[in-house]
Amino acid sequence: MKIGVVVSEGPYTHQAADTAYHFVKSALAKGHEVPRVFFYHDGVNVSTRLSVPPQDERHIQKNWTALAGEHGIDLVVCIAAAQRRGLLDQNEAERQGKDANNIAEGFRISGLGQLIEMGIQTDRLVTFGD
Amino acid sequence: MSEVKKFLYVNRKAPYGTIYALESLEVVLIGAAFDQDVSLAFLDDGVFQLTKNQNTETIGVKNFSPTFRALGDYDVTKLYVEQESLAERGLSENDLQEITYEDEDDDWEEKASIRIVSRAEMADIMADQDVVLSF
Repeated sequence: MKIGVVVSEGPYTHQAADTAYHFVKSALAKGHEVPRVFFYHDGVNVSTRLSVPPQDERHIQKNWTALAGEHGIDLVVCIAAAQRRGLLDQNEAERQGKDANNIAEGFRISGLGQLIEMGIQTDRLVTFGD
Repeated sequence: MSEVKKFLYVNRKAPYGTIYALESLEVVLIGAAFDQDVSLAFLDDGVFQLTKNQNTETIGVKNFSPTFRALGDYDVTKLYVEQESLAERGLSENDLQEITYEDEDDDWEEKASIRIVSRAEMADIMADQDVVLSF
């Protein structure tokens, strides 16, 4: 089965990004396809590469980057939600005249159309949020 | 993309205080370009999103409620509002904005987009969907 995943709550304050991660790992292990994960609302905060949790804690962003790299998952961060919350890739930082960017490897910024497209192209859409 | 799926956007939160309602509306507007069969559901505090005469001046937040009246132009014409959620909050249909669309299959007659449904009917509407996005 082809499964699309939405993460719509922020890391560490909410279970969504962790549960989605374990769900995707398990789905892949069972032989399902997860072509894309879409980060929306505070879920976009997962994509910052500047997160530095204590060493004995899980690193949510790095977990996602590693999983995506291993299985070729498209990690898409909503551009409108990201810009509200101060998450910019290099292109957007330059376009907006900002002096830094912070999107981690494996994530890409794109539009909400990617969410709708995922809904159309997958057999199931599973949302992790409130 | 020839396949048409039934998309339901479920709005469960009050319009202000959190950003869920506004970011839900942004998805609906972008999604309209994909020519899918779109419906919106309003339940729990989500019914407050459609109330008329909203005035956000003193809380310093943009009042986005007029945007709901433009949804008809995007071919988003089915706004299901749960009767029980209205009643539990002391609201009735009269407290909601008038939202209409022009029915191209009926000589462009102006029709109401808001349909008040019972909780049981809402469950049937949800069961009938291909994709449900909850906000």
